[in-house]
Amino acid sequence: MLKLQSLSVSINGKQILHKIDFEFAKGKIYAIMGPNGSGKSTLAYTIMGHPTYKLAKNSKIFYNGQEITPLPANERAEKGIFLSYQTPLSLAGVKVNQLLQLALSGKKDPLFIRRQALKIAKQLRINEDLLNRSLNEGASGGERKKMEVLQAAVLDKELMIFDEIDTGVDVDALKSIAAYLRRFQKDKAYIIITHYNRILHYLKPHFVVIMDKGKIVRVGDRQLAKQVEKSGYGEMGS
Amino acid sequence: MDYRYGFSMPEKAVFKTRKGLDEQVVNEISRIKKEPPWMTKFRLKAYRIFQKKALPGWGGDLSKINFEEIYYYLKPTFSRASSWEELPEEIKKTYDIIGVPQAEKKFLAGVSAQYESEVVYESINKKLRKLGVIFCDMDTALQKYPKIVKQYFGTLIPPHDNKFAALNSAVWSGGSFVYVPQGIKVDLPLQAYFRINAERFGQFERTLIIAEEGSDVHYIEGCTAPIYTTDSLHAAVVEIFVKKNARVRYTTVQNWSTNVYNLVTKRARAESHALMEWIDCNIGSKLTMKYPSVYLYGEGARGEVLSIAFAGRNQLQDAGAKMLHFAPNTSSRIVSKSISKDGGRTSYRGLVQVMPGAKNSSVYVSCDALIIDEKSRSDTYPYMKIKESETEIQHEATVEKLGDEKLFYLMARGLKKVDAEGLLVNGFIEPVAREIPLEYSIELNRLINLEMSGSVG
Repeated sequence: MLKLQSLSVSINGKQILHKIDFEFAKGKIYAIMGPNGSGKSTLAYTIMGHPTYKLAKNSKIFYNGQEITPLPANERAEKGIFLSYQTPLSLAGVKVNQLLQLALSGKKDPLFIRRQALKIAKQLRINEDLLNRSLNEGASGGERKKMEVLQAAVLDKELMIFDEIDTGVDVDALKSIAAYLRRFQKDKAYIIITHYNRILHYLKPHFVVIMDKGKIVRVGDRQLAKQVEKSGYGEMGS
Repeated sequence: MDYRYGFSMPEKAVFKTRKGLDEQVVNEISRIKKEPPWMTKFRLKAYRIFQKKALPGWGGDLSKINFEEIYYYLKPTFSRASSWEELPEEIKKTYDIIGVPQAEKKFLAGVSAQYESEVVYESINKKLRKLGVIFCDMDTALQKYPKIVKQYFGTLIPPHDNKFAALNSAVWSGGSFVYVPQGIKVDLPLQAYFRINAERFGQFERTLIIAEEGSDVHYIEGCTAPIYTTDSLHAAVVEIFVKKNARVRYTTVQNWSTNVYNLVTKRARAESHALMEWIDCNIGSKLTMKYPSVYLYGEGARGEVLSIAFAGRNQLQDAGAKMLHFAPNTSSRIVSKSISKDGGRTSYRGLVQVMPGAKNSSVYVSCDALIIDEKSRSDTYPYMKIKESETEIQHEATVEKLGDEKLFYLMARGLKKVDAEGLLVNGFIEPVAREIPLEYSIELNRLINLEMSGSVG
């Protein structure tokens, strides 16, 4: 589904990712783990097409067989990629419904979008007021994360990257997020970037990918996450 | 037809005074309008003041206005040289994109769709008339209600107030006259949206609103589309009298074509416990200098100015507000939102003055500037003259850039760059835009989106 080919990425001339080759498959859940600064978020932003992250000449990204390397973020979103932020921004005067309607204009009926957002808000136990306020303004960390999941659900993309969806979120919120994601997992690929094992209890990954110093150093199954929990990343080194 | 008063063209009459301005031209305007002698005198006196007054020393460059090259009174009929095709390309495009019906396009080019607006106007007028409310153009008011007009006209903004007020006083034509009797609350806004007469009479309209004790009225002027004028100078005067316990809200949503100098003097006088609200949105024009003001004369009077200014390429929006506190327990609130893009420039220029004895007054000023790109600019000139120590003052000012991170966030959700920019800009002005009636705020949003997408100009 998503193929990274010799992916080397730098910010302001400093190389962060080093020649990553990997392929994410449909219907699978991937947990990306690794110490701080190992390049997890950089990988997420790069997949989404953030302009600050510069790719090396022969680095390529393919989505469903098509090269998306030169595409801006909105066209990648169009193709089916979604990125849930580690620290969701707050947008003054912008309501989530406005955002969703613009993102889906011409594809879904505004009324349908509104209803769906409301329905999902209930399932995620998001206070209805938040839908009619400026996005994330004055919202807690947990509320912000839930709003990200709400957007993911309404936009309904194929490949969803969740960057630390589990930090700043209480157990109940985490459970409702995980339960929600589980229900729609079948035809999608999830990339869960996390520091902790916590969310992986609720959302069982097919693969655990360990990153360190801008490289993928190990790929394994769920046992690998348990091992990390027990003995840290120290033993992972390539 | 008016052609017998002067210059005429075959078949369809067009009257205009000759180019430039002198006492003869002023006299001519007054004569054509069959005005009472006091108005003729008022005009002539104003003309002399205009001649002596210097141009304002602040704001934009006014030195390029050639007063000798302007027609001061021009009454176009449907044969007005400017057919739809002759409209500036950017205005035509705007209409096409907004989807204004062909009839309205003709109408703005000066073709006589004005009858239709008269009909609409009259039907509203009938309902209001029963309540004693007067809503008509200023010329009609002078003929039909000379007493009231004489009592108020030019008393709040006298000709010597500034050069452009003097000019307006000398050559004014059209504009609205609104009179709301004691205790009458006008539920629906009075809309000058279709008020075409004032437009075709020129760019020096004169508006006078009188809200008697305990009355309530909302007046909306201008269009959300560019108002086309053949000349490049628009100098209006608006005087508003808000009596005890009355409330007046005056909303402007204006989008001039970018060849217009928009130099408008707007002032309101608020008596005790009255509320005056100016909601002022300026998108177009080459240069706008406009500072709606409220003179808080009565105890407990309140004044508000909520404004939005958008400056694109080659545009300067020098806008702001003036609040003068003369009485105790008065309060004023200024909220200004400005956006500059493509090298455009916005300036907030505000004056708040609290006179000695205006005890327990409160002042709130908040001005936010959004700068879209490196080429654009925004300045803030907040003047406060507080002569009374028992005053509560709050002042906030922010300057922000349209953040790349916010743009990326929205684009990552699937929004095109222009849509993302439009959404952020509309979000920025939302605190003011939400005060505008829905149909106008939707238009405002669309116009801002148009400006942001660069499809205009």
